[in-house]
Amino acid sequence: MKTRRILENIYIGLVMVFLYAPILVLVVLSFNASKSRAKWGGFTLKWYGELFQNREIMSALSNTLLIALLSALFATVIGTLAVIAMSRMKKVPKTILTTLSNIPMLNAEIVTGVSLMLVFVAVNMKLGFNAVLIGHITFNIPYVVLSVLPKMKQTNSSVYEAALDLGATPVKAFCKVVLPDLMPGIVSGFILSFTMSMDDFVITHFTRGAEIHTLSTKIYAETRKGIKPEMYALSTLLFVSVLVLLIIVNKRNMAEAKKRKN
Amino acid sequence: MRERFKRKMQTSGVFRQLLAGPYIVWMVAFIVIPLLLIAYYGFTVKTDDGLRFSLSNLTLIANPINLKALGLSLELSLISTIICLILAYPIALMLRNRNVGSDSFVIMIFMLPMWMNFLLRTIAWQNILEKTGVINSLLSVFGIKPLNLINTSGAIVFGMVYNFLPFMILPIYNVLVKIDQNVINAARDLGANAFQTFIKVILPLSVPGMISGITMVFVPSLTTFVISSILGGSKIVLIGNVIEQQFKFLGNWNAGSGLSLVLMIFILISMALVSIYDKDDVKGF
Amino acid sequence: MENKKLINLSHISKSFDGELILDDLNLYIRENEFLTILGPSGCGKTTMLRIIGGFETPDAGQVIFDGKDITKLPPNERQLNTVFQKYALFTHMTIADNIAFGLNIKKKSKQYIQDKIKYALKLVNLDGYENRMPDSLSGGQQQRIAIARAIVNEPKVLLLDEPLGALDLKLRQDMQYELIRLKNELGITFVYVTHDQEEALTMSDTIVVMNKGYIQQIGTPEMIYNEPQNAFVADFIGESNIISGTMVRDKLVNILGANFECVDEGLGINKSVDVVIRPEDVDLLPPEKGIIKGRVTSLIFKGVHYEMEVMANGFEWLVHSTDLVPVGQEVGIWVDPFNIQIMNKPESDDEEAVGVVDE
Repeated sequence: MKTRRILENIYIGLVMVFLYAPILVLVVLSFNASKSRAKWGGFTLKWYGELFQNREIMSALSNTLLIALLSALFATVIGTLAVIAMSRMKKVPKTILTTLSNIPMLNAEIVTGVSLMLVFVAVNMKLGFNAVLIGHITFNIPYVVLSVLPKMKQTNSSVYEAALDLGATPVKAFCKVVLPDLMPGIVSGFILSFTMSMDDFVITHFTRGAEIHTLSTKIYAETRKGIKPEMYALSTLLFVSVLVLLIIVNKRNMAEAKKRKN
Repeated sequence: MRERFKRKMQTSGVFRQLLAGPYIVWMVAFIVIPLLLIAYYGFTVKTDDGLRFSLSNLTLIANPINLKALGLSLELSLISTIICLILAYPIALMLRNRNVGSDSFVIMIFMLPMWMNFLLRTIAWQNILEKTGVINSLLSVFGIKPLNLINTSGAIVFGMVYNFLPFMILPIYNVLVKIDQNVINAARDLGANAFQTFIKVILPLSVPGMISGITMVFVPSLTTFVISSILGGSKIVLIGNVIEQQFKFLGNWNAGSGLSLVLMIFILISMALVSIYDKDDVKGF
Repeated sequence: MENKKLINLSHISKSFDGELILDDLNLYIRENEFLTILGPSGCGKTTMLRIIGGFETPDAGQVIFDGKDITKLPPNERQLNTVFQKYALFTHMTIADNIAFGLNIKKKSKQYIQDKIKYALKLVNLDGYENRMPDSLSGGQQQRIAIARAIVNEPKVLLLDEPLGALDLKLRQDMQYELIRLKNELGITFVYVTHDQEEALTMSDTIVVMNKGYIQQIGTPEMIYNEPQNAFVADFIGESNIISGTMVRDKLVNILGANFECVDEGLGINKSVDVVIRPEDVDLLPPEKGIIKGRVTSLIFKGVHYEMEVMANGFEWLVHSTDLVPVGQEVGIWVDPFNIQIMNKPESDDEEAVGVVDE
C-alpha cells in the first residue's frame, strides 16, 4: 500500500514537472543577461526595467488585455442571456442552441480563424482590433454557456415562481432569486473567457490584419529571429501575478469553508 | 389571481426566450455564415469571368505534398492522442482516489500553465530539446552523445502532448469524480478484486470522459500549424501549415477553403462521436 | 433455542480526522437473526456496517466471522454482501448483467447464472426485467434489484445500509414486509442500519441502539420500547415523558413532589433517577382520584387517539388517550406501577448520552 502511494506520488510529480518545466525555463530566461536564448550570461534584472520602455511590447500588452477584458465581458453577457432564455425553451430549440455553441469548441481553431477572416473580407470590414475582438467574443461565448448552463439546471424553478407569487415582477424576481444562483457559473465563465482570450494565437493571427499585435502574434513574429528577453520578463510577471492572485483566492475560500464548517 | 399569475409566468417565459436573440444573431453571423463561406470558397474557383463551381480545391488533397501532410498530421495527432490518454488516465484516477476535495483546485493546477503564453511555453521546449539544450546537457554529464531531438516528428508529438494533456485529464477526472464510491464498493462487495473492478465498472463508466478528452486532443493536434512550425523546423509540414500558407502567404483562399473542408470531415467524425456520448457536461470546465 | 454467534465484533475503535466515531465497541450477531443497528445520523452505525463489510478497517479491535478473524480481509473475499444506500447499481449494465456480476466474477456456468437471475427476479417480484437498464426503473424497483444482486451470491449475511431511506412512506412500509418475507425465505442473517425507529421496531429480532459511538442498549423490540435503559433510548424510541425523580425507597419514587408506586427495587434510597412514562400509559381521572392534579392545555385529534398536553406540578405531560378531555378541564394523573420505568441517571455525558436527537 505504501509503495503504491510513493509510486503514485512520483508519477504525479513527473507529470507536474512536464507541465511546469517550460515555465521554469522561461522564468530563468527572464533573468538571463545574455540576449541569446541558448546561453546563460549571468543574472540580471535589466529586462524587467527595459520592458516598460519597450513601446511595441507595451502596445501589444494593452491590446491583449483590452481584447481579453472586452471579449470576456461581451461573451459573458451574451452567453448568460442565452442560457437564461434556454431554460424556458422546448427540447428541440434548446438542443439547436447548445449545438451551435459546441461548433467553435469542437471545430479546429484554424478553420474558425480563416472563416472569420473570410466574413470580414466579404463585408469589407478592415481586419484589425475590432475584427480580433469579434473573433474572441465568438470563441468565448461557448465557454460562458458551458459554465452557466449547469448552474441553471441546478436552480429550482419553484423559487422563482414563489418570488412571482409573493408579488415580485419577473425581472425583479429573476435578479433577486435566480441570478445569485447563477453567479458562480457566470464568474467562472468570465475568468475562463479572459484566460482563453489572453492565450489565443490562431484566431488573432487570421483576423488582426497588419495593424495590430497582441502578445501572441508578437511572439510568433519574433520566433524566427529570436524572442526579445523583455517578453520573458513580461510573461513571468503575468504568470506570477496570476499565481499570487489564485493563492490569495484559494486561501480565502479555504478560510471561509473552515468557518462554515465550525 | 390564479389567472394573473399564469399570465405573468407566460409573458415572462416569452420575454425570457427573447434574451437568446443576441446569442442567435451572433452565432449565426460569426459561426454559421463563416462556415458557409468556407464551403462557398471551397467549391468554387476564380476564372476570368468570375467564380465557377469546381471540386478542384477538394481534390487538391490528392496532391502528393498535401496528402503527405495530411497523412503525417493524422499519424502524429493519433500518436499524441494515445499518449495523452495513457498519461492522463492514471493521473485522473489518482486524483479521484485522493479525494482532493475541491475540483476547482484540480482545474487550477492544469489551467495555471495557460497563463504563460502558449507560444512561449512551446518555444521553451526548444530550449529543453535542442542540441545544446537542457536534456542534452544533462546527457553529456553522463557521457551520452547529444540526441537529435528538435525538428523531428517526435518533437512535434512532444509539443502536442504537452499542450493538450490537460484537455485529456480534466474530462476524465470529471467523470471519475462523479462515480459514486458505493458503486465501486458494490463491485468489491460482489467479489471483484481491484483490477476486475477497474475493468468492469470504472473503465466503462468513464468512457464519456475519454471520448470527450480524445476529441479535445485529437482535433487541435490534427489541425495545428504553430506547434509544427516551432518544434518541427521548416522541413516537417502538417496539413495545418499547408492551409495557413494558402491563406497567409499564397493568397489562394479557394484552395485553402477546399483543404479546410477536407479537414473538417475528420472533425465532423469526432463531433458525431461526442454527440453520441455527450450525456452530461463532461468537457472539463 | 439460541443460534450460534456468526459475527463477533470485539473492542472495535475507529476515528476519522481525530474524531472518535466508534469507541471500544463489542457486539455479536447470531446466525439467522434480523439485527438492526439504530441511531441518529453520526452515531457511528454506518461506520460499523462498513467495518463488517470490509470497506473500512478499524483502528483497533477484531472482526470475527464464523470463527475466523476477517479484520484485514478485503470486501471481495468476505462471505457477505451489501445493499447500499441509493442502490449503487451499475448504470452501464442491464438488470441481468447487474445481478450476474458476482456470479460472473466467480466464473459460474451460463446455465447456473441464467437460473439464478430468474430466481432472484422472481423473489423480488420483478420477473421479465432482465434486459432493462437501471435508469429506467423506479427507486423501489432499483432497490429490489440491488437486493437481488446481493442475494444471488448466497451470502451468509446480508448487510443493508439504510436501504429504504430514499423511498416514499407507502413504498417504505411495503418494502418492510417484503424484507421480512425475504429474510424468512432465504434463512440468512440480516444486519440492517437505519435511523428510523419504526422500521427497526417492525422488522427486527434484535435492535442495537447507538449514539455517539457507543451502544446504548441491545434487546428485542419489546424490551427496547418497554424498558429503555436510559433517557436517550427512551427519547429516541417512540414518544415519552422523561422526568427527573428521586427513589424514596424500593418500589416508591418521588417525581414532581409526589410519590408514585413503581416496581423497581435495589436502586438505593435518595438516589436521583430518570423516570420514563409512555404517553399512552398516563391515565387521566377525575382530579381527586389522581396522584397529582393538572389541567389540560392542548388537544389534538390524531386518528387512533387524542394527543393531549397536561400541565401538572410544573411539568407538561404528554398523554395519548382514546377518551377526549376538553382543554381547560382539571384532571388527576395516575400511572400504573408497572408502566413506570426507572433509569439510573447517566454518570458521564458521553457514555449514555442524554439529549435531544438531531435528525
